[in-house]
Amino acid sequence: MSTPLVDLRNISISFGGVRAVDNVSLDLKPGEVVGLLGHNGAGKSTLIKILSGAYAKDSGEIWIDGEKAEINSPRDARRYNIETIYQTLALADNLDASSNLFLGRELTTPLGFVDDARMEAETKKIMARLNPNFKKLSEPVSALSGGQRQSVAIARAVYFNAKILIMDEPTAALGVHETKMVADLIKELKAQGLGIFLISHDTREMLELCDRVSVMKNGALVGTERVEDVTEDDILSMIILGKNPKRDAA
Amino acid sequence: MSDTTHAPPKRNFVQSLEIDTRLLGMIGAFILVCLVFNVLTDGRFLTPRNIFNLTIQTVSVAIMATGMVFIIVTRHIDLACGALLATCSALMAMTQTVYLPDWVGLPLGHPAIPYIAIAVGLIAGTAIGAFQGYLVGYLTIPAFIVTLGGLLVWRNVGWYLTSGATIGPLDGTFMKLGGINGTLGATWSWILGLIAVAAALWGLYASRRNKIAHDFPVKPAWAEAINAAIIAGGILGFIAILNSYQIPQGRLKRIFEAAGQELPEGYTASYGLPFSVLLLIAVAVTMTVIAKKTRLGRYIFATGGNPDAAELSGINTRMLTVKVFALMGALCALSAVVASARLTNHSNDIGTLDELRVIAAAVIGGTALSGGIGTIHGAILGALIMQSLQSGMAMVGVDAPLQNMVVGTVLVLAVLIDIIYRKRTGAK
Ligand SMILES: Nc1ncnc2c1ncn2[C@@H]1O[C@H](COP(=O)(O)OP(=O)(O)O)[C@@H](O)[C@H]1O
Ligand SMILES: [Mg+2]
Repeated sequence: MSTPLVDLRNISISFGGVRAVDNVSLDLKPGEVVGLLGHNGAGKSTLIKILSGAYAKDSGEIWIDGEKAEINSPRDARRYNIETIYQTLALADNLDASSNLFLGRELTTPLGFVDDARMEAETKKIMARLNPNFKKLSEPVSALSGGQRQSVAIARAVYFNAKILIMDEPTAALGVHETKMVADLIKELKAQGLGIFLISHDTREMLELCDRVSVMKNGALVGTERVEDVTEDDILSMIILGKNPKRDAA
Repeated sequence: MSDTTHAPPKRNFVQSLEIDTRLLGMIGAFILVCLVFNVLTDGRFLTPRNIFNLTIQTVSVAIMATGMVFIIVTRHIDLACGALLATCSALMAMTQTVYLPDWVGLPLGHPAIPYIAIAVGLIAGTAIGAFQGYLVGYLTIPAFIVTLGGLLVWRNVGWYLTSGATIGPLDGTFMKLGGINGTLGATWSWILGLIAVAAALWGLYASRRNKIAHDFPVKPAWAEAINAAIIAGGILGFIAILNSYQIPQGRLKRIFEAAGQELPEGYTASYGLPFSVLLLIAVAVTMTVIAKKTRLGRYIFATGGNPDAAELSGINTRMLTVKVFALMGALCALSAVVASARLTNHSNDIGTLDELRVIAAAVIGGTALSGGIGTIHGAILGALIMQSLQSGMAMVGVDAPLQNMVVGTVLVLAVLIDIIYRKRTGAK
């Protein structure tokens, strides 16, 4: 068996008295899409935020490419080529699209000043690929529609040659057409060999896009299944009841 | 992603110039204030002499206001800047009159004294600022509380340094940074003005060339030309006004006598650009470059716009807070140089209430207390508007209490107008 790209082992974190993630283990292989499902508050965002360096885990281990990784900040995660599209998008509303895209990784001139013209040109290029309708390059992102903001967040994750991509409800603000574009993008990136953690509430979409799905409930992992082994109903009962009827029957 | 493509909107005259309408409004307000006071004072307000005085009175608050922009943009506040100015001023005054002459043995008037004193002040200001930033950033005490405490602490640290005494006269070279005692004279002022115009034109040209190189739209050439003409006219006009303020004959006579010469018949000279104003210009340019062209500036605005996003983008927002407060501390020290040099001594009440003037200047200048928005030139213009109001009212003979009431009202009105403006234009 090949070494997983990401191996999360027995991850736990509590906020005050709430055990937001409770002893969860998950892995992800290159070229694989693993879906995370569960009710609001199940702990999905918190789990992936531990991988992206936004939260420090209380216990557990993160292994990347077969080596134990210390991820204590978003900067660390970026060093491991982990890119994240956060549920909240994490955009600075007062800055324009290219400032957001390059935030924390600005292109600079030989003198060390930020090179806005080059960043804007790069933004134009990647947006032409991701969202050809995107024109408002030099306006603050607060002036953009939900879909456009989402495409800025996606562009930021895709631009920097991620090996591990985390997408927390990337299609939440999107219409049918744009959702399809994101699905195509996921397939394209998967074909390029990226490992993708995808969080979504759309069970059908998840069964179509993912290789495996993991279900969480109240911070704990209910189970991980290969999509060909489960039906939509199986997943729904895992989400709602916290168990897989087929496995229980077996 | 679902937006339909629009025909490019028709651009009116102002839009073609791409001048910030908000800035235009502020300049308009400033001109209005000047004209009204000029009428009320029978033309005494807009004389070269008064404009000269107005500029040198504005410098100290304006320097700190540029730092306050970064503080407020990152969603903090600094109530301690006036008190920090007092501590720096006290320390520099003691360094040049007591510590260096008495403890180190440099005789009074030694050429190194002013520079050592300024360095000591800058180091102290930066360190104190950084310390306050540490309390805010790392220990997460709200800036309001840290600097409210600082307001009480630093003013009285200043008091203890001098045992409450007024310290003066200060070093002669040091006092050249106060305003009227150190000016460039007409020729150098013109030379500097021309260099500034050349630099501004080159900047406009370089930015246009850069945009064209990357295939971005540029404004029409005529608009660019008008912009350039306004900038050049503004710079040279300002120099012309300052240069037309003549040094009084009595003072010239004393200057010549001090040099052992006699004042030639019919000889005149003008003050020209004061060194303190030059310092303000240097600060303004540096701070604008930091804001627009450096990562530090980018992170300051990103953090103000969305602290969580900044953190998730790998920005060390705690360290950023330390840097912003340290920068403010250094600027307080610079202001302390200008303020004490202008008064020719250090007194205990130096910089009293400056924190409020500085905050008001930044806010009138368009800095949003909700964070993420503000400009350096706006804050300086804000400081100038405040000082004009205050000086104008004093010239008209308005009572001091009423002056304060007017300034307070203007502050609140300015913010109200800003809120209405932002709602209208849909900007946040
Ligand atoms: N920063 C935080 N502080 C306190 N509680 C938190 C924090 N982040 C998440 N939680 C709690 O952790 C639980 C899991 O939340 P989350 O991971 O956002 O769920 P999901 O993404 O599955 O909807 C919730 O009970 C939430 O209230
Ligand atoms: Mg979530």
